Amino acid sequence: MSTALLDIHALRQTFPRADGGELLVLDGVELELKQGQIVGLLGRTGSGKSTLLRLIAGLAQPSDGTITYLGQPVVAPAPGIAMVFQGFALFPWLTVLENVQLGLEALGLPEAEIRKRALAGIDLIGLDGYESAYPRELSGGMRQRVGFARALVVHPNILLMDEPFSALDVLTAETLRTDFLELWGDGRLPIKGVILVTHNIEEAVLMCDRILLFSTNPGRIIREIAVDLKQPRNRLDPQFHDLVENIYVAMTARTPAAPKAATTAGAVATSIDTILPRVSANLLSGLLEELAAEPYNGKADLPVIADQLHMEADDLFPVSDALQMLHLVEIGGGDIKLTETGKQFVDAATDDRKKIFQRQLLSNVPLAAHIRRVLQERANHVAPKSRFFDELEDHMSTDDAEETLRSITGWGRYAEAFAYDDDSQTFSLENPT
Amino acid sequence: MRLNVPISVAGWGRFFTRWDVIAVLLILGLLVFLAEASRHLLQPLAELQLQPVSLDPANLPEYAARTTLRMLIAMALSLLFTFTYATLAAKNKQAERLLVPLLDILQSVPILGFISITIVFFMALAPGRVLGAEFAAIFAIFTSQAWNMAFSFYQSLRTVPTELVEASRNFRLSPWMSFWRVDVPFAMPQLIWNMMMSMSGSWFFVVASEAISVGNTTITLPGVGSYIALAIEQRNLAAVGYAIATMLIVILIYDQLLFRPLVAWADRFRFEQEPGVLPPDSWVLNVLRRSRIVDRLIRPFASLWRRVLIARWSKGAAPAKREIRTQHGWITFQWAAIVTVLAAVALWQVARFVVQDITMSDVATVLLLGLATLSRIVVLIALATVIWVPIGVWVGTRPHVANLVQPIAQFLAAFPANLLFPIAVSAIVAFKLNPNIWLSPLMILGTQWYILFNVVAGASAIPAELRSAGANFRVRGWLWWRRIALPAVLPFYLTGAITASGGSWNASIVAEVASWGNEHLEAQGLGAYIAQQTEAGDFHRIVLGIAVMSLFVVLINRTFWRPLYLYAERKFRLG
Repeated sequence: MSTALLDIHALRQTFPRADGGELLVLDGVELELKQGQIVGLLGRTGSGKSTLLRLIAGLAQPSDGTITYLGQPVVAPAPGIAMVFQGFALFPWLTVLENVQLGLEALGLPEAEIRKRALAGIDLIGLDGYESAYPRELSGGMRQRVGFARALVVHPNILLMDEPFSALDVLTAETLRTDFLELWGDGRLPIKGVILVTHNIEEAVLMCDRILLFSTNPGRIIREIAVDLKQPRNRLDPQFHDLVENIYVAMTARTPAAPKAATTAGAVATSIDTILPRVSANLLSGLLEELAAEPYNGKADLPVIADQLHMEADDLFPVSDALQMLHLVEIGGGDIKLTETGKQFVDAATDDRKKIFQRQLLSNVPLAAHIRRVLQERANHVAPKSRFFDELEDHMSTDDAEETLRSITGWGRYAEAFAYDDDSQTFSLENPT
Repeated sequence: MRLNVPISVAGWGRFFTRWDVIAVLLILGLLVFLAEASRHLLQPLAELQLQPVSLDPANLPEYAARTTLRMLIAMALSLLFTFTYATLAAKNKQAERLLVPLLDILQSVPILGFISITIVFFMALAPGRVLGAEFAAIFAIFTSQAWNMAFSFYQSLRTVPTELVEASRNFRLSPWMSFWRVDVPFAMPQLIWNMMMSMSGSWFFVVASEAISVGNTTITLPGVGSYIALAIEQRNLAAVGYAIATMLIVILIYDQLLFRPLVAWADRFRFEQEPGVLPPDSWVLNVLRRSRIVDRLIRPFASLWRRVLIARWSKGAAPAKREIRTQHGWITFQWAAIVTVLAAVALWQVARFVVQDITMSDVATVLLLGLATLSRIVVLIALATVIWVPIGVWVGTRPHVANLVQPIAQFLAAFPANLLFPIAVSAIVAFKLNPNIWLSPLMILGTQWYILFNVVAGASAIPAELRSAGANFRVRGWLWWRRIALPAVLPFYLTGAITASGGSWNASIVAEVASWGNEHLEAQGLGAYIAQQTEAGDFHRIVLGIAVMSLFVVLINRTFWRPLYLYAERKFRLG
């Protein structure tokens, strides 16, 4: 008899695609949650980690594979699995007390018991005095405390946390994390295991006993990292720092510049189906300038520059990805380095920058080249957005297709490679004169 | 708060889906069925005698109470309809495909048309008694209230934030509990707003539905509406004045005692707090909240309500759905079969009806009359636009004026314009004016206010920063209107104009035919046609008139208002 609370085996999740095919979101996920553990699911946007959490919560059903909770397959929201949400998910028309009582009412407990447990939960999580307040009267940190209290009072075996601190400011998030870890360490929480979804590398290292690193599109577990540091952990600890650095390296390891939208497993990545990160041209030149200047002089350690710019990994990666795709930087071993073209770009004036950007864009981003070619081939040099949108939708989800087209529109405009008119929803070669 | 758009604006491209066609067919079938049933029932009921109405002002409090009671009963029925119909449409994908177009088409059927063909039917349910006539009047009021409430509720249910839905499922709320704890509270502010609009709108139809004759059957239910009808018949201007005063008082009372407390109470259900807007306040609610006796009285009910909520009506949480397109073959088949059979029956009804009793020349006449009414409405909406948009913008950009004007405009929209018809008719008769032209303004008398108060709301919603930017760059005169004011209020204006246009079609049935004592004035138009056929008790032509009017309304909504609204939403929505 193993002590596993939760067992996930050969899990696969696909979503239907517009052209009738399937979009693979999660593939071959294996996970075991043992009693007394905090397991972190770490990955970038689009790695399917939130989807996985919803599958565990029984809010959706996997396409393939099994999720077993205490020996029973999860087919519906199970009693004993409670969730804390990124956006708090508090009911604005219920007071703090009523919000906390909600899960208990659903259990059908007697009224006196409901009250007792709710008040105990409120007391534990430090919400005394706020019982009759409405969520809108509270600060973000206090709201998330209500979220925690609401989840804890139903005495779940497993607590699922979906980026619970990412909507909070840095200081508040830190306080909440510390409070949670303290209660958890003292064994005062009525839970046996935690699964934490996050894109914040330091948060994962700070809180988790095991970290599962996810790749993007589709989400697969690429690394499992055990964190053996003792609680409370210290960010300044060299071991802590090494772990963070290692994870940065692992997360930027794959050389193909950007995540590919896999059509089928192992398919040759074609040119146009790359999902483009939504990053403005301003942000791109901003990071290049920062890299070129003191103290980096063209080369920086990713965690260091992220920290310096107050960017989380999830904010930084899309920018660095895009720059790498345009061959303006090189990334490897957790470092980011300006290329020769990147240096030229930084030194150039506005008009020359645009020229360099256009060259890099058309030669390195197949979608941009494709749009440009189609426009040149057409007699009137005009093509509807839907033409490209439909093409993209065959390879990626509707949302990704929309995002990708928006990014390429932004870059194409900056590079003056092509123009886009939102009223008529058409691309064209002409710029307004 | 802004109104919902009173038409279905979901989806771009297609003007008509096959579900629209089925919806049209079903409603037409129902109308024909009711008309046929009424035709056979008409004779034996002709001599129904009801309590006579007297013009003595002392009777007015009683009449007002009866009228209000009818409206409140209809409101309760509308709520019941809203909670069931809209919930089914929002939660069941199969049902949604039919129910939403059905509602959209129902909204365009003229309400006074409903009453013409249902009244005899309802009276047959309770032969020889007042009850049948009461049913009919309440049903007419119900049709004027229910559709927009159901529509608003449906739209709210579809926009409940995903995280809240997930949280309620994660904590294993039963469907019953999550309906009352999540869905209804989320929809509440918009629903209450729509209830107020419905209540206002239904005054117009109360006046028309309490005193009506279909063929030989004359119905006079004691109430403010029949009082007014009698006053008009007897050319008693003083009595009309008393009736207007009574109405003002009634509207004031239920506004203060019912809606204001409701609005103030429902503020807590507001999902996003709009910045800079003071929370609504109600002295009645404050009194109730502070009173200990009320608190004592309410407590046992609150506790009972909690127990009802907790009651486990179904075991366990709903199983999760697979993210692949599973076809529940059997259910789909059953559903398709039911719809097909219903549509076939409706088609048969309609076809038989058309073949038997309708000639081509009838159809041609009615279509031409429809065009006449349409041209009136187009001109009137254009006129109202030219007058009220500049005034609305002027008012809306001056907060203290807006605070003063807004409640008045909303009250005027609630005021049944048909009360003013006698004055207009006597004027037209006195000055020997052409009724084809001068009766027309009556159609828009009650509905123009929707344009005004939506534009005022739109203009006051222009962010202060944008106005400062305009002032800073010295944008003035026509340029200011063209670049700042008009684009900013356009989505709001359209909401108002759509409501006004729909309301005007409805009003045309009473506005194109007006009388004052034995002076009868008639304009050429579809509204007058329906009114005449109702009087004559010719059910075939009533149905024909209603069907053509619905057709006009649906076509205009789909080909004109909807594309325009979607365009404005996309291009000019602020924030």
